[in-house]
Amino acid sequence: MPQLEKRFEVEPRNFVRAGEASLRVQRTLRDIGFGEHIIRRASVCAYEAEMNIVMYGGKGEIVLTVDPDEIILQINDDGPGIEDIEAALQEGFSTAPAEYREMGFGAGMGLPNIKRNADFLDIRSGRNKGVWLKIVFHSKGKQQ
Amino acid sequence: MKLSHIREILKAEVLVGKEKLDSFVVTGTASDLMSDMLRGPTSGSVLLTGLNNIQVIRTSVISGVTAVVLVRNKKPTEEMISHAAEHDLPLLSTPYTMYSACGRLYREGLRGVEKTQSRAQGTNKG
Repeated sequence: MPQLEKRFEVEPRNFVRAGEASLRVQRTLRDIGFGEHIIRRASVCAYEAEMNIVMYGGKGEIVLTVDPDEIILQINDDGPGIEDIEAALQEGFSTAPAEYREMGFGAGMGLPNIKRNADFLDIRSGRNKGVWLKIVFHSKGKQQ
Repeated sequence: MKLSHIREILKAEVLVGKEKLDSFVVTGTASDLMSDMLRGPTSGSVLLTGLNNIQVIRTSVISGVTAVVLVRNKKPTEEMISHAAEHDLPLLSTPYTMYSACGRLYREGLRGVEKTQSRAQGTNKG
């Protein structure tokens, strides 16, 4: 399988389109022929990260790279960033306003859920530095 | 349990997916918190929810939900209907409250996702 790279833009505070980039990631992986289990894990991670950008971030993008052994998601935005990454990785830690909770999000489970679903996760951020995530899923030799 | 059976039990209106009523639903799940849905396991489930917005549809597609039932007779927006249709996701609306809808399905034998979890764990051990 040749390496494939696709980029999907994510627009902050656009709740009408929120999730569309992740649905394209899901469709791309399905078209390639990955199993449902790894597609769900990758799609959920993309979606959690995309919702984070829509809710808190700046202009962002999801870069999907697929090679024979791995699915890699690199997700970045130029927003205010995360000051305390350790805290953001704790379940229940959230800075979400009430309106986000009413939409069913902002429970403080996004980054922890990404960590749980990923085979490898690297987060780089800081005050006014945006957020950069690298999320890797090993696909070699796995039927699903 | 077939989706057609769920429709009967919940006296539900089918807004999207009339042609998919023969689909088989393995488990039931109920939540207004999309973050919980994303934690899974929800693949193959019917989702009962009081939340009525476009994110319910997108979250359901991402997390592999088989069908969505809106409780309390909530009616989805045109955007939700077209999005569900685009992704082949059946969308129903029931007059029952969340509590009653869950109870009715459970009484008829549709169990929660915990069973899937313990089954999966059992398989791993075995």
